[in-house]
Amino acid sequence: MKFLEPNLVALNVKANTPEEAIRRAGQLLADQNHVDHSYIEAMVESYKNNGPYFVLAPQVALPHARPEDGVKEASVSLVQLAEPIEFGNKPNDPVKLVLALGASNNNEHLEILRKLMVLLGNKEAIEKMINAKTYEEIEIFIRGVEA
Amino acid sequence: MKLLCVCGLGQGTSLILRMNVEQVLSELGIAADVEHTDVSSASSMDADFIVTNRELADSLAGVNAKIIIVNNYFDRVEIKNALVENLK
Repeated sequence: MKFLEPNLVALNVKANTPEEAIRRAGQLLADQNHVDHSYIEAMVESYKNNGPYFVLAPQVALPHARPEDGVKEASVSLVQLAEPIEFGNKPNDPVKLVLALGASNNNEHLEILRKLMVLLGNKEAIEKMINAKTYEEIEIFIRGVEA
Repeated sequence: MKLLCVCGLGQGTSLILRMNVEQVLSELGIAADVEHTDVSSASSMDADFIVTNRELADSLAGVNAKIIIVNNYFDRVEIKNALVENLK
Protein backbone atom coordinates (compact mmCIF):
# COMPACT_ATOMS: atom_id res chain seq x y z
CA MET A 1 0.00 0.00 0.00
CA LYS A 2 1.30 3.43 -0.92
CA PHE A 3 -0.42 6.37 0.74
CA LEU A 4 0.66 9.90 -0.21
CA GLU A 5 4.37 9.19 -0.08
CA PRO A 6 6.63 12.07 -1.17
CA ASN A 7 6.86 10.80 -4.76
CA LEU A 8 3.05 10.61 -4.94
CA VAL A 9 2.46 14.24 -3.99
CA ALA A 10 2.79 17.18 -6.39
CA LEU A 11 2.25 20.74 -5.17
CA ASN A 12 1.41 23.87 -7.12
CA VAL A 13 0.44 21.99 -10.29
CA LYS A 14 -0.90 23.94 -13.23
CA ALA A 15 -3.88 22.34 -14.95
CA ASN A 16 -6.69 23.94 -16.90
CA THR A 17 -9.41 21.31 -16.98
CA PRO A 18 -10.76 18.56 -14.71
CA GLU A 19 -9.52 15.96 -17.19
CA GLU A 20 -6.00 17.39 -17.12
CA ALA A 21 -6.05 17.45 -13.32
CA ILE A 22 -7.23 13.82 -13.15
CA ARG A 23 -4.50 12.80 -15.60
CA ARG A 24 -1.81 14.55 -13.56
CA ALA A 25 -2.90 12.80 -10.36
CA GLY A 26 -3.14 9.46 -12.17
CA GLN A 27 0.26 9.94 -13.74
CA LEU A 28 1.84 10.18 -10.27
CA LEU A 29 0.55 6.65 -9.58
CA ALA A 30 1.61 5.39 -13.02
CA ASP A 31 5.11 6.88 -12.69
CA GLN A 32 5.68 4.69 -9.62
CA ASN A 33 4.15 1.71 -11.39
CA HIS A 34 1.27 1.45 -8.91
CA VAL A 35 -1.24 1.56 -11.79
CA ASP A 36 -1.15 0.92 -15.53
CA HIS A 37 -1.73 3.75 -17.95
CA SER A 38 -5.12 2.17 -18.70
CA TYR A 39 -6.24 3.11 -15.18
CA ILE A 40 -5.74 6.81 -15.93
CA GLU A 41 -7.91 6.45 -19.01
CA ALA A 42 -10.55 4.62 -16.96
CA MET A 43 -10.65 7.44 -14.40
CA VAL A 44 -11.13 9.98 -17.18
CA GLU A 45 -13.85 7.79 -18.74
CA SER A 46 -15.64 7.51 -15.42
CA TYR A 47 -15.60 11.28 -15.09
CA LYS A 48 -17.05 11.65 -18.59
CA ASN A 49 -19.71 8.98 -18.04
CA ASN A 50 -20.71 9.53 -14.43
CA GLY A 51 -19.96 13.21 -13.98
CA PRO A 52 -18.17 14.95 -11.12
CA TYR A 53 -19.81 13.00 -8.28
CA PHE A 54 -16.34 12.15 -6.96
CA VAL A 55 -15.85 15.71 -5.75
CA LEU A 56 -16.60 14.40 -2.30
CA ALA A 57 -15.98 17.39 -0.11
CA PRO A 58 -15.52 21.12 -0.62
CA GLN A 59 -12.42 21.60 -2.82
CA VAL A 60 -11.57 17.89 -2.80
CA ALA A 61 -11.87 15.47 -5.75
CA LEU A 62 -11.18 11.74 -5.43
CA PRO A 63 -11.08 10.32 -8.96
CA HIS A 64 -10.81 6.54 -9.21
CA ALA A 65 -11.80 3.59 -11.38
CA ARG A 66 -12.16 -0.17 -10.86
CA PRO A 67 -9.38 -2.50 -9.67
CA GLU A 68 -9.58 -4.42 -12.95
CA ASP A 69 -8.85 -1.22 -14.89
CA GLY A 70 -5.17 -1.65 -14.08
CA VAL A 71 -4.31 -1.27 -10.39
CA LYS A 72 -1.11 -2.99 -9.27
CA GLU A 73 -0.98 -1.65 -5.75
CA ALA A 74 -3.52 0.05 -3.48
CA SER A 75 -2.38 3.66 -3.62
CA VAL A 76 -3.32 7.33 -3.29
CA SER A 77 -1.65 10.34 -4.91
CA LEU A 78 -2.25 14.06 -4.42
CA VAL A 79 -2.17 16.96 -6.83
CA GLN A 80 -2.47 20.40 -5.26
CA LEU A 81 -3.67 22.73 -8.01
CA ALA A 82 -2.02 26.10 -8.46
CA GLU A 83 -5.37 27.53 -9.57
CA PRO A 84 -8.76 26.12 -8.53
CA ILE A 85 -10.77 24.32 -11.21
CA GLU A 86 -14.56 24.03 -11.60
CA PHE A 87 -15.49 20.35 -11.92
CA GLY A 88 -19.20 21.06 -12.26
CA ASN A 89 -20.09 19.86 -8.77
CA LYS A 90 -21.88 22.94 -7.42
CA PRO A 91 -21.85 22.32 -3.67
CA ASN A 92 -18.14 21.45 -3.60
CA ASP A 93 -16.57 23.49 -6.44
CA PRO A 94 -13.98 24.81 -7.08
CA VAL A 95 -11.48 21.99 -6.63
CA LYS A 96 -8.00 22.61 -5.21
CA LEU A 97 -7.00 19.05 -4.25
CA VAL A 98 -7.15 16.03 -6.54
CA LEU A 99 -6.44 12.70 -4.85
CA ALA A 100 -6.25 9.80 -7.30
CA LEU A 101 -7.26 6.54 -5.66
CA GLY A 102 -5.79 3.32 -7.00
CA ALA A 103 -8.61 1.02 -5.91
CA SER A 104 -7.52 -2.55 -5.15
CA ASN A 105 -9.83 -5.47 -4.44
CA ASN A 106 -8.18 -6.67 -1.26
CA ASN A 107 -8.12 -5.66 2.40
CA GLU A 108 -5.68 -2.87 1.64
CA HIS A 109 -8.49 -1.08 -0.15
CA LEU A 110 -10.48 -0.82 3.09
CA GLU A 111 -7.40 0.27 4.99
CA ILE A 112 -6.64 2.99 2.44
CA LEU A 113 -10.24 4.26 2.53
CA ARG A 114 -10.05 4.38 6.31
CA LYS A 115 -6.88 6.50 6.05
CA LEU A 116 -8.64 8.82 3.60
CA MET A 117 -11.58 9.17 5.96
CA VAL A 118 -9.31 10.19 8.80
CA LEU A 119 -7.31 12.60 6.64
CA LEU A 120 -10.22 14.22 4.79
CA GLY A 121 -12.41 14.28 7.89
CA ASN A 122 -9.87 16.69 9.38
CA LYS A 123 -10.57 20.25 8.22
CA GLU A 124 -7.18 21.48 9.43
CA ALA A 125 -5.44 18.82 7.32
CA ILE A 126 -7.42 19.88 4.23
CA GLU A 127 -6.55 23.53 4.86
CA LYS A 128 -2.87 22.64 5.14
CA MET A 129 -2.94 20.50 1.99
CA ILE A 130 -4.53 23.37 0.08
CA ASN A 131 -1.92 25.90 1.21
CA ALA A 132 1.22 23.83 1.70
CA LYS A 133 4.36 24.92 -0.14
CA THR A 134 6.39 21.86 0.87
CA TYR A 135 5.68 18.19 1.54
CA GLU A 136 7.00 18.62 5.07
CA GLU A 137 4.07 20.88 5.94
CA ILE A 138 1.56 18.10 5.32
CA GLU A 139 3.66 15.13 6.31
CA ILE A 140 2.48 15.23 9.92
CA PHE A 141 -1.14 14.83 8.81
CA ILE A 142 -0.30 12.05 6.38
CA ARG A 143 1.60 10.17 9.05
CA GLY A 144 -1.14 10.93 11.56
CA VAL A 145 -3.54 8.53 9.84
CA GLU A 146 -1.30 5.55 10.59
CA ALA A 147 -2.39 5.23 14.20
CA MET B 1 -34.66 -0.55 7.66
CA LYS B 2 -32.22 -0.68 4.78
CA LEU B 3 -29.96 2.11 3.52
CA LEU B 4 -28.07 1.98 0.27
CA CYS B 5 -25.00 4.18 -0.20
CA VAL B 6 -24.53 4.90 -3.88
CA CYS B 7 -21.69 6.19 -6.05
CA GLY B 8 -20.78 5.99 -9.71
CA LEU B 9 -18.74 2.78 -9.63
CA GLY B 10 -19.57 1.22 -6.29
CA GLN B 11 -15.86 0.89 -5.49
CA GLY B 12 -14.49 3.68 -3.39
CA THR B 13 -16.79 6.55 -2.75
CA SER B 14 -19.88 4.62 -1.76
CA LEU B 15 -17.80 2.56 0.66
CA ILE B 16 -16.43 5.71 2.31
CA LEU B 17 -19.98 6.99 2.60
CA ARG B 18 -21.15 3.65 4.01
CA MET B 19 -18.46 3.62 6.69
CA ASN B 20 -19.39 7.14 7.76
CA VAL B 21 -23.14 6.40 7.65
CA GLU B 22 -22.65 3.28 9.77
CA GLN B 23 -20.66 5.23 12.30
CA VAL B 24 -23.28 7.98 12.50
CA LEU B 25 -26.12 5.46 12.82
CA SER B 26 -24.34 3.73 15.67
CA GLU B 27 -23.81 7.10 17.38
CA LEU B 28 -27.53 7.73 16.99
CA GLY B 29 -28.33 4.28 18.31
CA ILE B 30 -30.19 3.34 15.15
CA ALA B 31 -29.99 -0.25 13.92
CA ALA B 32 -30.07 -0.51 10.14
CA ASP B 33 -28.83 -2.62 7.30
CA VAL B 34 -26.35 -0.55 5.26
CA GLU B 35 -25.00 -1.58 1.87
CA HIS B 36 -23.08 0.18 -0.90
CA THR B 37 -23.34 -0.13 -4.65
CA ASP B 38 -23.00 1.66 -7.97
CA VAL B 39 -25.63 3.90 -9.44
CA SER B 40 -26.75 1.52 -12.20
CA SER B 41 -27.33 -1.39 -9.79
CA ALA B 42 -29.03 0.82 -7.22
CA SER B 43 -32.25 1.28 -9.15
CA SER B 44 -32.93 -2.46 -9.14
CA MET B 45 -32.17 -2.98 -5.44
CA ASP B 46 -34.68 -2.83 -2.61
CA ALA B 47 -33.98 -0.20 0.00
CA ASP B 48 -35.88 2.19 2.23
CA PHE B 49 -33.35 4.97 1.79
CA ILE B 50 -30.63 5.79 -0.71
CA VAL B 51 -27.78 8.01 0.46
CA THR B 52 -25.90 9.73 -2.35
CA ASN B 53 -24.88 13.15 -3.61
CA ARG B 54 -26.75 15.63 -5.75
CA GLU B 55 -24.84 14.66 -8.89
CA LEU B 56 -26.14 11.10 -8.82
CA ALA B 57 -29.57 11.75 -7.33
CA ASP B 58 -30.88 12.81 -10.75
CA SER B 59 -29.96 9.41 -12.22
CA LEU B 60 -31.99 7.74 -9.49
CA ALA B 61 -35.28 9.47 -10.23
CA GLY B 62 -38.04 6.89 -10.19
CA VAL B 63 -36.71 4.64 -7.42
CA ASN B 64 -39.05 3.87 -4.55
CA ALA B 65 -36.50 4.56 -1.85
CA LYS B 66 -36.37 7.98 -0.28
CA ILE B 67 -33.21 9.76 -1.39
CA ILE B 68 -30.98 11.43 1.19
CA ILE B 69 -28.48 13.92 -0.22
CA VAL B 70 -25.02 14.33 1.29
CA ASN B 71 -22.60 16.86 -0.22
CA ASN B 72 -19.51 16.26 1.90
CA TYR B 73 -18.92 12.52 2.30
CA PHE B 74 -16.34 13.13 5.02
CA ASP B 75 -18.40 15.48 7.16
CA ARG B 76 -20.10 13.31 9.75
CA VAL B 77 -21.97 16.31 11.14
CA GLU B 78 -23.61 16.90 7.76
CA ILE B 79 -24.32 13.16 7.42
CA LYS B 80 -25.82 13.04 10.89
CA ASN B 81 -28.06 16.04 10.21
CA ALA B 82 -29.19 14.58 6.88
CA LEU B 83 -30.00 11.22 8.45
CA VAL B 84 -31.80 12.69 11.46
CA GLU B 85 -33.83 14.93 9.17
CA ASN B 86 -34.89 12.09 6.88
CA LEU B 87 -35.19 9.11 9.20
CA LYS B 88 -37.45 10.76 11.75
